[in-house]
Parts: sequence; structure tokens; C-alpha cells
Amino acid sequence: MAEATVAIVGAGPAGLRAAQVLAEAGLRPLLIDEGHRAGGQIYRRPPPGAERPAADLYGFEAGRARALHDLAEALAPRIDYRPGTMVWGIAPREPAGFDLDCLGPAGHGRIAADRLVLATGAMDRTLPFPGWTLPGVFTLGAAQIALKAQGMAIGRRVALVGAGPLLPLVAHQYAKAGATVVAVLDVTPLGAKVRAAPRLAAVPATLAKGVWYTLACALRGMPVRSGVRALAVEGDHQVEALTFEDASGRRHRVACDAVGASFGLRSEAQAADLAGCRFVFEPLTRQWQPVRSGQGHSSHPQVYLAGDGSGIGGADVAELQGERAALALLADLGRPRDTSREARLDRRLARQAGFRAALEAAYPYPHHLVDRIGDDEIVCRCEGITAGALRRAATEREAREMNRLKALTRAGMGRCQGRVCGHAAAEILARRLGVPVEAVGRLRGQAPIKPIPLREPA
Amino acid sequence: MTGLFQRLATRPGAAIPFTIDGAPAEAKAGDLLIGAILLYRRSLRRFEFGPGERAGFCLMGACQDCWVGLADGRRVRACTTLVEPGMAVITGGAGG
Amino acid sequence: MEHLTVDVAIIGGGTAACAAAVALREAGLTVALLEKRLCGAGASGVNFGGVRQQGRDVAELPLSRRSRALWDGLNAKLGEDVGFEATGHIKLARSESDMAVLEAYARDAAEHGLDLQLLGANALRAEMPWLGPAVVGASLSPTDGQANPRVVGPAFARLARRLGAELREHSPVRHAAHDGAGFTVEAEGVTVKSRSLVNAAGAYGGAVAGWFGEAAPVAPLSPNMVVTEPLAPLVTRSIGVVGGDVYLRQTRRGNVVLGGGRGTADVADGLARPVSATSLAAGAKTLALVPDLAHAQVIRSWSGLDGEMPDHIPVIGPSSTRPGLVHAFGFSGHGFQLGPAVGEILAELVTQGRSTSPLHPFRIERFAGWRGGPYRSEGEIEH
Repeated sequence: MAEATVAIVGAGPAGLRAAQVLAEAGLRPLLIDEGHRAGGQIYRRPPPGAERPAADLYGFEAGRARALHDLAEALAPRIDYRPGTMVWGIAPREPAGFDLDCLGPAGHGRIAADRLVLATGAMDRTLPFPGWTLPGVFTLGAAQIALKAQGMAIGRRVALVGAGPLLPLVAHQYAKAGATVVAVLDVTPLGAKVRAAPRLAAVPATLAKGVWYTLACALRGMPVRSGVRALAVEGDHQVEALTFEDASGRRHRVACDAVGASFGLRSEAQAADLAGCRFVFEPLTRQWQPVRSGQGHSSHPQVYLAGDGSGIGGADVAELQGERAALALLADLGRPRDTSREARLDRRLARQAGFRAALEAAYPYPHHLVDRIGDDEIVCRCEGITAGALRRAATEREAREMNRLKALTRAGMGRCQGRVCGHAAAEILARRLGVPVEAVGRLRGQAPIKPIPLREPA
Repeated sequence: MTGLFQRLATRPGAAIPFTIDGAPAEAKAGDLLIGAILLYRRSLRRFEFGPGERAGFCLMGACQDCWVGLADGRRVRACTTLVEPGMAVITGGAGG
Repeated sequence: MEHLTVDVAIIGGGTAACAAAVALREAGLTVALLEKRLCGAGASGVNFGGVRQQGRDVAELPLSRRSRALWDGLNAKLGEDVGFEATGHIKLARSESDMAVLEAYARDAAEHGLDLQLLGANALRAEMPWLGPAVVGASLSPTDGQANPRVVGPAFARLARRLGAELREHSPVRHAAHDGAGFTVEAEGVTVKSRSLVNAAGAYGGAVAGWFGEAAPVAPLSPNMVVTEPLAPLVTRSIGVVGGDVYLRQTRRGNVVLGGGRGTADVADGLARPVSATSLAAGAKTLALVPDLAHAQVIRSWSGLDGEMPDHIPVIGPSSTRPGLVHAFGFSGHGFQLGPAVGEILAELVTQGRSTSPLHPFRIERFAGWRGGPYRSEGEIEH
């Protein structure tokens, strides 16, 4: 009997570990990577010519990064690795399995797979504030990638804003690399962090890292502030300053030419959507995610999920989930099981889940800030749709859920398909309607997941 | 006028010549187009539906804010495209 | 369970259904409309957006002409910009035999008062120099155009509600029957009793007719649509071709919407999805017509579920078995332009038992002898 074809979408920590398990079992999985070198965003490698020492690039995580990069090299002969290849469509195949529409170095192609492991990762979660569409305002992740992948800072005087552990990390990395960081602003109310501290302490290494980065920032003389509100970027054509209110309500203005700002992470789950996975609202992070069992099963019997693309857990968890999902897949194929390995992974994942819950409680998505978004502010960056247009659609045009809001206003109808504006738009709509955010649903993923050329590439 | 980005880690290697709106520019091997442009300019393109310009946002190929045109008609996402010798970027007059 | 008693119950919430609700309220009747999902979210909301008379079956031209007159006043009537623009519709010939088809059609259309302008290759290139060499001639309908399908149906629905119609969304109809005294429509969460019943159930219109013992073979039809990123203005007119295998238009905001071929549809759950190979093929055909779009990026594709009749024209008219029941379904992929007029016609049929528009070709009785059972809809869709 022919061996099942397994396609892994995404070559970050989750995808690589899944590939490892499947390769060890003698399968030859496809590993489809939008990036040009395996590692994902977190362990992103600079392009050839721009390499730098791992310790400079990944800090505390250098060891893990190196291990995964080495794994990718070691796996190369035993897997079918497709770098620079974007999966832009997924459709069911008769009688079973999937067709993956891909755009790669050789143009459009179609890959048939019996089973899928979706490890599609995450991107920064954003929230509009005045001036956020000015050139020079980026996500925190973008600020980090500029440094990791290019050895560049996003500006000469950089202000960093966030709600989550990425903030002190990026600030530290910037300062260490010689950039001028003029402000490190945490929008999380201090109370939330204090309340979550006992549970965070359950994973001392991570807590220590967070404290260390924060202290390091302070020691380098960077102004670090918590509980910041009322952010606004000033400038006519470019970033000139960031203004904010501190926890005690005092107004500040910091001159800068670039801002990195994010409010946690959101799953890149469009592939799971096209594959037919059922989604569920996850109240802790206030986002819809594909249903995923502890073992990595989705609601679809031939689709497995791992990593941040199906629930934010971070890189270490992603590795464990990738391994676990691949073991589940092998078990479903009738391969002999290593139940003690499965149990060990399940225990570690359970511990991590507890920690993650504490982390999310410490750094909640600051959804309450949507009330501060003025009617004139652009929410949908692609189409230029304002908060006022969304609110009017709710009150005057009977928009009661996200896809109707999209149809009436075009929010989420642009090039990014609502990746950037979707969460904020849902919060704005729900707030205006006076309903819980889950009641307005979510934007559906549509092929192509990302833009593809109308003309078949030569 | 100086660019938005600042190169912190200098590295050896040949310079790659390209142009931005016809003006000569230089990048290094391994530079992504977004970085190569923003070392010289403060934005990448005009916004289609209102005043203002854009300079990209996520740098990970997700937000689609950084699509730029090339003189040969091609359109590329600047954050996932490596700069190539002779590339002729057209920003539409954005951010000088 | 909610109970409503009204003059007219309407099954379906597409543009024609919502327009009928408006017209019936204007005639002073009480109305309850039952929609499976959201009003205007089905075929009438996800179609190409062509507002076209040209190329229709000549039997449809009187309805289409009537509807075209209504489109001019829709913004004012609905209190909302529905994006209608009379950009003209141009049907392209890619061969001499195509041109002969256009010439013959133009003669037929003239008899119905629709003036079409035949353009040879030179005249065509002079006006539209961006057309590719595959095009040898065309027929232009200057009064045709395009609109935003996503907003038209919902706007009619809101107007109906403002006028006092009871609209129930997310209320799929389970069954409808007549007990001798009146109709009873059982939907999820609501039961409606009425004197009259409008069947505007789209792909499900045949099933509703079946409850009253009438045969109407409706096949699911799901046009495949693609849209590009916003581009500089280029494509000045809405474009179709002889044969119907590709069509495109550029919106006011610059996106080029293009279609051709079919997606897939699941009638059970009502969902349609585009087919990637079809999207790519439509792209290639589009580039043969407009080569300057070579570098455009596609940002989205979609499909929707419509109902198609074996003769590609809808069922519109009174039931042959049950007085008080009127049908309007099976628009076969080109109902968007007709919607406003069909709404008026349905109201005429309910209030007067007849319409000022000629409906004989659309009578349901034409399928009375239908023995084929379900059939498979095939071929190109003139969208």
C-alpha cells in the first residue's frame, strides 16, 4: 500500500518538529515554507549574505534557534522541503485528502496530500491609535525582524509599545544592537501583571527572562513605563513624536521617528479555514481559533494543528505541539505508538498551558481601548475604512456580524483580508452593538490567502 | 533627506546597485527590498484611498502594506523580496 | 416560537424578494419575509455586479428594460449609494462568427427598444486601445453598467423594514402549505400565516414549488469570481464575450472583478466556494482580452449559490396549482439586474393577479411535463 502523503504547512518550530517525527517514522513529508530558510519568524534566519552570529540574533534563545536550524539541515535529505512556497488555496480532493494550490519559485503548482499538518504561525495583533497608519509605525514583530533579518533598526529614535513579553525583549535587542530607544511603553495595567505573577512564577525560566529584559532596559537608561494609555503618533507625513498618558494620567510627548507597537499575537489561521476546520472562540485571548485537541487533532479527521497558528503558545510550546501532532498522525495511520513519549509530551504541554493562561491574563488584549478610537481613525489599513464608518454600519445599516460589516463597509476586503483590522473591527462592532465580541463572529478566510499574480509567473 | 531605517550591523560584501524612482541607490547582498528602500526613503508608496503614504507594517509578509512597483511592470512585496542588481523601484513619488 | 399573521409571506431574502417586500408595503399590505441566512447575502449579494441588458434572452428584455429604468433612481429610493454607474457594457467578439452572433442579437434587441452599437476592430481600438489582439469586434450597450452587489440587497431589506415589513433572518423555512383558508409557512423560530405567498427561494425555489405539487427543475449554479487589488483606472466599461466564458469590470475604487466558469456548491449547507483552477483560467482569459492587467495581483476569490433552469431563464409568475402563490426563482446566474423590476412584478401579481410585463415565457407550467428529475447545470454562464 502506498504511504500516505503528508504536507506540513509552515517551517517554524512546530512544522520542523512535526517533520522530524514523520521523517523518523520513515515518511517523507512535504514541508512547505513561505520563507526561504526554515526557522519561521521566531527563529528567522537572515538571507544569504546577511548572516550574523546566533547569539546576536536570538539572545537567550540562540541554543534553541541553532538546534532547529541544524535540524532543518539534517532533515533536508529525508523530507521534501519546498522553500519560498506559499500555499494560497486548499480544497478537498475526491475521494479524500486535499489539493494545495501553491505559488513557488517555479510558479503555480498543485500538491495533493492525504493529510495536513498546519503550522502556520502568528502575526502581531494590532489596535488602531491616532497616527498608526503613518509611515514609520510598524509592529513590534516588524521592529524585531528588521533587526534579526536585516541588521537594521526601524528608525533613529525608536519608541516601542506593547502588551506582552515581546516588548522588553525587542527593547533590549534594539539597545544591545546600538539603536536609540526613546521609550518602552507597556499598555498593560500593572494590576493585571501583579495578579498573574504567582502563576507566572510556575515557569521560573520565562519569568526570569521577562524580568531580566525589563531590568536590562531600565539599566540602559531606557524610559520604561507600565499602564500607559491614550497613545497617539504625531506627524503630518511621517512620525514626529509619540504622545501618551502615564498610569497617573499625566500627558507625555516623546520625539521619535519610528514606532513599533503591538498588542500580543494573533493566529494565522486562514489555511485551517480553507481546509474546513471548525473554529471556536477562545475567551482568554478573545480570538477565534481552529478547534485543536491536546494531541493536535483539528475537527477535520485528516488535518492536524500545531503552534501559534491554532492558538498562541509561543515557540517552545510550538515545538512540543509539532511533535505531538505528528505522533497523533502516525497513530492514526496505524503506526506503532510510543505511549510513554506521548504521555511525556502531554504532561509538558499541560504544564505549558497553565503558564500560557497566566501569561495571557497578565497581558490581555487591551480591547477596552477601542472606545478611545476616534471616528476619524482608519481601522482597515488596506481600504482606508474608519472607525466611524464601522460604527455607522452597526447603527444605521444593520451590520450585526463581521462578514456583513465587511460587505457593507469593505473593512477586511483589502489585500490583507482583515488580518490587521479584523480583531479591532470586531471589538468596535461588538462594543457599538452592546454584545459580546464572539457574537459578531469572524471574517472567513478566502483563497488566495495572500495576493497572487493574475498572470501565471514565467 | 535621510531614510527611515538605520543599518546597525555593517557587513562585508559587494554593493548591489539599484534605483529608486530613477535615483541610484546601493544595497548589500541579503537586503530585503523594504530595507534597501527605507535606508534611503521614508516611505514606499502612496496610499490609494486617501492622503498619505505607507512604509510597510509587519515585515513578515502578512499585512500586504509594502507592495511596490518595478519599472518593468512587476509588483512585489518589499518585505519578502530580496533586492537584485539593477532593480528599478517606482514608489509613485512617495516619501522623498 | 413566534407567530405572525400577514397578508403576504415571502420565502427568500434576495434582492427581488426584498424589493417585493418594499413594493407590497407601498401597496399597503402587511408582509413577513423569511431568509435562511442574511438578506442579500446569497446569489444577489455575491454576483459579478453587472447591470446588463445586452446579451439576455430576448424574452427577458422587457423585464430588463423595465428594471434598467429603476436603477437610475435606486440611490434616491434606497437612501444609499449602491455604486450604480452606466459605464456601458461591451460584448466582445473573438472571431468572425462571434461577430455574426452579435449582429444578429443587435437586430433582435432593436425590436425591444434596446439600441446596441456594433463596433469593428478599428473603431473598437480607437475607443479602447487597451484591448488585446484577440478581440476583433464588439457590441456596445451604452446604457448598461455595473453596481455593488453587496449593498443592493441589504439596502432593499432595510427599506422594507423601515416601511414596516417583518424581516426574519437566520430563519430557514422548513415547510409551507395551504389549508384551504390560507398559507402556513413554518420557519425556524417563526410560523407565518398569510393570504398570499411569494416563492423567491433561489436555488431552493424548486423545492418550495414541489410542496405545492409543481415541477420546477432547479440546478445549483455557482459562478466563480475573482478580484484584483486596486489598480489605476483602465477598464472603462463592463466587459463580456460571446460564449460567456469570461467577464470583467473595474470598480470605482480600482479593483478589477473578473469571472468565468464555475465554483462548487453544496446545496445542503448553502455554501459555495471558488475553484482555484477556474480562477487561474479566468485570469488567463482576462489577460488575453486586457494584456495590461499582466502585473495585477489577485486578492480574493469567491462564489455564490444561484438556481439555474434548464432553459436558462427564470420562473416568474403565478402558481399553476395554488391561487395566491407566486414564483420568482431560477434566475440562472443573471438575476441581479432584474431584481428591482421583479420586486415590482411580484407585488403586481399579488395585488392584481397579473403584471404589466410579459411573463408568458417564464410561466412555471413550461416544466409541467418535466420527467428528467434533477439535472446537472453545465456550460458557460452569461453573467
